[in-house]
Amino acid sequence: MFDLTGRYALVTGATGGIGGAIARALHAQGATVALSGTRREALEALAAELGERAHVLPANLKDEAAVDALPGEAEAALGGLDILVHNAGVTRDNLFLRMKDEEWAEVIAVNLAAGFRLYRAALKGMMKRRYGRLIGITSVVGVTGNPGQGNYAASKAGLIGMSKSLAAEVASRNVTVNCIAPGFIESPMTDALNEKQRSGALERIPAGRFGVGPDVAAAAVYLASGEAAYVTGQTLHVNGGMAMI
Amino acid sequence: MSDIAERVKKIVIEHLGVDAEKVTENASFIDDLGADSLDTVELVMAFEEEFGCEIPDDAAETILTVGDATRFLEKNAAQA
Repeated sequence: MFDLTGRYALVTGATGGIGGAIARALHAQGATVALSGTRREALEALAAELGERAHVLPANLKDEAAVDALPGEAEAALGGLDILVHNAGVTRDNLFLRMKDEEWAEVIAVNLAAGFRLYRAALKGMMKRRYGRLIGITSVVGVTGNPGQGNYAASKAGLIGMSKSLAAEVASRNVTVNCIAPGFIESPMTDALNEKQRSGALERIPAGRFGVGPDVAAAAVYLASGEAAYVTGQTLHVNGGMAMI
Repeated sequence: MSDIAERVKKIVIEHLGVDAEKVTENASFIDDLGADSLDTVELVMAFEEEFGCEIPDDAAETILTVGDATRFLEKNAAQA
């Protein structure tokens, strides 16, 4: 089950903790992967680790033209594009009253607007080939909210609503659109938490630990697979039970 | 019937899975041939590919019938 041999996948934010794990897992299931992110060296190191079936496509998701072009570049490099994982995300946390316009705009641009552009550009080929898996990495806070993350929570909630709408539009073309909502996952993003925040978070996680990249990657493999053909417009929560929605 | 009209007709038949005799010049994709809005987008994509031309969104919105498509492509097709 969940064999991805002969499938082509693009993962954004592939140098991050979660994105790297997703790229490794899709590759391990047989997919040919295009790794995108801003840090070329880190992407190349990951590609070298994976060996064959790995391509490097650096891109800055704040650059709209680069985002529009990325799915086409992936299609050209890979020979097709069946799976797109929009994983790249940034945080610019601040109390709502203090939040700067730029902090709001940057988070919406990378987390949400880049997702819209990537999906729009990837869709044509997927519809034509009658196979597509669009997977957005959202967040538990997109559903629950979180103080200090008005921008981030809005972007992640937006991704969920966008995905549901698109899922309804293209389900008849065998293109599925789903989200994965991780809770606290060990990654550079959660490394930024202080001890008090960490212990506070742990108290709210029934599983008693933070998640790890492979916990999220397994969900991505499932949603990317042929077996998940009848699952669309959904958000799969991977959070150790911290929010049961 | 022109060569372009023939090719348009063939694409419409293939894509919408309708009988050839229904695909007349005045047949509306949505009202007569059972297309939904996404089908019309896919038809435009198929025309672009077949005729090697770009059909801008504002032009695509005016292509409602088989004849509309033929007339547009007779004017704009790169590989007529």
